[in-house]
Amino acid sequence: MKILKRQYIILAMLLFAIFFPLLTQNEYLVHVMTLSFIWMIGVYGLNLLAGYTGYLSLAHAGFFAIGAYSLGLLTVKTQMNFWAAFVLALVITSVIGFLVGLIALRTKEHFFAIYTLCVGYIIYLVIDKWDSLTEGVRGLIGIPAPGNIGPISFQTPLSQYYLVLSILLLSVLVMYRIIHSLTGRTYIAIRNSEELAQTIGISTIKNKLAAFVLSTFFAGLSGALYASFIRFIGPDIGHTVITFDLLTYLLVGGIGTLSGPIVGTVLVVWISQQLQFLQDYRMLIFGPVLTLLVIFYPRGIVGAIASWNNKRAGRTKQLALKDTQKDDRFASSEIAPENQVKEG
Amino acid sequence: MEILIQQLFNGLTIGSVYSLVALGLTLVYGILHIPNFAHGALYMMGGYITLMMMVNYGLHYWPAILVSVLAVGLIGVLMERLVFHPLRNAPPIHDKIAAIGILLFLEAFAQYVWGAEYQTMPSPYGQVVQLFGLTFTMQRLLIIVSAIVVMLLLYMFLKKTFTGATIIAMSQDRDGANLVGINTSRVAILTFLISGGLAAIASSLAAPINLVFPGMGHLVILKAFVIIILGGMGSIPGAIVGGYILGFSESLGATYISNDYKDIIAFILLVIILSIKPTGLFAKGGH
Repeated sequence: MKILKRQYIILAMLLFAIFFPLLTQNEYLVHVMTLSFIWMIGVYGLNLLAGYTGYLSLAHAGFFAIGAYSLGLLTVKTQMNFWAAFVLALVITSVIGFLVGLIALRTKEHFFAIYTLCVGYIIYLVIDKWDSLTEGVRGLIGIPAPGNIGPISFQTPLSQYYLVLSILLLSVLVMYRIIHSLTGRTYIAIRNSEELAQTIGISTIKNKLAAFVLSTFFAGLSGALYASFIRFIGPDIGHTVITFDLLTYLLVGGIGTLSGPIVGTVLVVWISQQLQFLQDYRMLIFGPVLTLLVIFYPRGIVGAIASWNNKRAGRTKQLALKDTQKDDRFASSEIAPENQVKEG
Repeated sequence: MEILIQQLFNGLTIGSVYSLVALGLTLVYGILHIPNFAHGALYMMGGYITLMMMVNYGLHYWPAILVSVLAVGLIGVLMERLVFHPLRNAPPIHDKIAAIGILLFLEAFAQYVWGAEYQTMPSPYGQVVQLFGLTFTMQRLLIIVSAIVVMLLLYMFLKKTFTGATIIAMSQDRDGANLVGINTSRVAILTFLISGGLAAIASSLAAPINLVFPGMGHLVILKAFVIIILGGMGSIPGAIVGGYILGFSESLGATYISNDYKDIIAFILLVIILSIKPTGLFAKGGH
């Protein structure tokens, strides 16, 4: 019954996302929603690395910016076809991610966090200072909207909303497949204990590198979409502030959970909209929230709900023990997916 | 030649500030093995509190610094008690995120209370001094001398007093320190107090030649991380030497390579170091 419920929730969320623009008719809200979908894709990338593999990369905004600037520069300066530039931007981001990962992953824990923080800062400074290529602080203007695919054009905000939504759904699907495959299990094994993973014959460096490149790929995807949606980019998008924003979304939703990025991003973006008068001071609230969450609910909202469900399921199971065999089997099948989430 | 000497002098000034910040960072790392990302925010708070004491309450420069040192030290202690102590058994990723949360909060707080604009700190030591045909500003000389005095005092404290010895003991072996009856909680509090105080001294000294603004800690903290990796995480002499090395390479790099890219030097240095030796130079065994 629980599994059925979960499917209903997913279906309801999906339907809501599809009909959202028709329900509100408010163009601004659609804009905000599209933007949060774009962030979600980036947060998924961060989640794969920090949540599942246990490596906190603070260069994420840097790769986001590389994706955005690759697309921007290719379309604006070389007049390349949009989708060709889009694919190339993803390739560029992943290749740079591969090269950085090759060196960065030799370090561990604190060193990795500090190393990536510095890499992120280098990326930001290069974008900011390399005037002749990136236009520096003036930013890059006039990035085209996504090009047509066959007869479908993406010039209106509504069509862009659906484009971003479908790419997000695709990303979630890919993420789901990764997490629930042997590869995903391998990442979790590395997170839980790298030595142990090595002992049972996992090539940790190969897997960590794969996770890192995938994570930068999603950051690049998110950045490229951002560039084509906002159509103006400045060096600020590579600043560590953006990394911290993404980290906040992830932490609030639930690090190392599959639905965490969606829940966290929607919630934080929505609250930020409500607290618009705070604008620059929003961290006055989200900073302590981040700290408190990590102390009391390190697995965010989704993690808290999952463990609460788990507890309840455990209690019903104890009661059900007295009942028939059939009921017992039923209860254990209920717990199985919960356990999966908890491990994951 | 004159330019070279002038630049070496500048390097000495910047290096002194870096060393003080890195010292606080390395002390905390030595005791708790936390890379305190919020240390830059402590540095920033130090600058603002000194400024506020001078402008709003009309205190003289030195008493203002004293107030600032105490206040920031207290913030450090609160951080340890409220955040890092409860997280002492959590996975290492958690205290990094918690520290980032504190950093974001303090920055937003400073912006809320004091505004986002850049402010200058009036220093009573603006005079220009002529020495051996070279011109120095008094403030820069003051930075160098004060930093050295502070470092000497810290060294004496750690080496010659019993309380200082407990800090060293705990950084060498936490369990061992606990076994011989050292109150590790108290040592952790003390370390955060010193660490915050050092950050406040560094920023109060540097503020008159730089500016005071909410993001002033960003670059400094990143560079301090580079320094303590350079000098060995947790090593006190390493932090001092590393600070001066970075100070010199930056001021020389700014003159002879490119002023635009001088901030990148530190990071390139770090990337090279960690590429060659992933646990940092002079790493003390497997932490």
